[in-house]
Amino acid sequence: MALSVKHLLGIKELQTEDIHRIFRTADNFKQVLQRQIKKVPTLRDTTIANVFFENSTRTRISFELAERRLSADVVNFSASGSSVSKGETLIDTVNNILAMKVDMVVMRHSASGAPWFLANHIDASIINAGDGINEHPTQALLDAFSIRERLGDVKGKRIAIIGDIMHSRVALSNIYCLSKLGAEIMVAGPPTLIPKHIEGMGVKVEYDVKKALMWCDAANVLRIQLERQHKPLFSTLREYGLYYGINKHMLDALEREIVIMHPGPINRGVELSSDAADSKQSIILDQVENGVAIRMAVLYLLSGRSSGELPE
Amino acid sequence: MKTLLDTKQLDITLHRLAHQLIENHLQFKDTVIIGIQPRGVWLSDRMAELLGRITGQKIPYGKLDITFYRDDVHQAGQEMNVPSQTDVPFSIEDKNVILIDDVLHTGRTIRSAMDALIDFGRPKGVELLVLIDRRFSRELPIQPDYVGQTVDTIITQKVKVYWNEKDGKDEVVLID
Repeated sequence: MALSVKHLLGIKELQTEDIHRIFRTADNFKQVLQRQIKKVPTLRDTTIANVFFENSTRTRISFELAERRLSADVVNFSASGSSVSKGETLIDTVNNILAMKVDMVVMRHSASGAPWFLANHIDASIINAGDGINEHPTQALLDAFSIRERLGDVKGKRIAIIGDIMHSRVALSNIYCLSKLGAEIMVAGPPTLIPKHIEGMGVKVEYDVKKALMWCDAANVLRIQLERQHKPLFSTLREYGLYYGINKHMLDALEREIVIMHPGPINRGVELSSDAADSKQSIILDQVENGVAIRMAVLYLLSGRSSGELPE
Repeated sequence: MKTLLDTKQLDITLHRLAHQLIENHLQFKDTVIIGIQPRGVWLSDRMAELLGRITGQKIPYGKLDITFYRDDVHQAGQEMNVPSQTDVPFSIEDKNVILIDDVLHTGRTIRSAMDALIDFGRPKGVELLVLIDRRFSRELPIQPDYVGQTVDTIITQKVKVYWNEKDGKDEVVLID
């Protein structure tokens, strides 16, 4: 069995062995990406639709590159300028795309749970590229893969997730992924941006960013998701940066060198200063590079054909 | 079950194959050996060690996984395999490549391996060494250059190669 699931909807549904399989496969693709010919013919019989109902630069390019490196045919769809603005439903939109003989769907949607809804109604394999404030599984996989690459292993490592935990699908997927892999997890940020009762997920909570930095081996710094905050949760971005932002000075004051991560896009000078983001401790660009290998692994492992029958 | 090669015969065969390679490649100038993952690597490990011992020099040795190049990736009932490691730590551009696998059957693995190989560069030539050649069961026009033993088999039979390093014994058997 390749993976225990047919779709990659969230990390929550994955088994730990699935994550290890994805990592071992991504190791191979990472090696392919370092060759002169960065391409394999594996998915040359597969067509993949990238359906993005919400803006994305990094994730969409990363998926598209991963698909092309696997020799898949790719169609891109973004909601702006499509029939969605004419009132077409999600299922109709996707079924119309599938009618053109598409095998897999990579979807981003602003509604949490949208990929689950779709998976119940269509036959193609669905890969969640981010749904609302719920999950962003490939990001969590590439984050953990990058930690494994830099620190040797994820198990037993102390990982702090810092910033807007409340509105971040990256945070939730990271918590699921890291805890399955046996890391110790801490979330840190202003109390208004940390969900109540998050301790129930087995994570530590810290409101002092400096203390979180002292505790951790790696800090995954998240963006303030202004687009999802509908009422003020802190006074100004400047004040947030002052109290919760991370700069090189703070990193230098630590007893040991920690790893700095960020899923992008960075608000420079808010959650992370330029000198910290561009320092040697930062693996932000490694995360981006690993993203292509991780997505190739996920696409490859989920590309196995089902019976071809439509579900009831 | 029938024994095709016992420990002693296997040892003699490996030595013969090594000497045949030396006969054709003399100083192994511009020659590299590449074992096919996962099972061919047990044989290529032995060949690399043996050739190094006989010639007194270290011959460039790599391992190739062909999972991403298979022609049956999406055949019905086919599981998506997690690949083994590919490790070709040298350029194969303009080199003589000796591909090594344990059993040659339909020839499809070798076709995939040649596709994979060519993505690393343009070799001067490619030769194929196998321990067991199951002739008459080929589905593609591929023939080996160096053969340990040729056997006539039918499709339902299986050739199993045991290696001391992983199975605790050196033996090749034919299973009905």
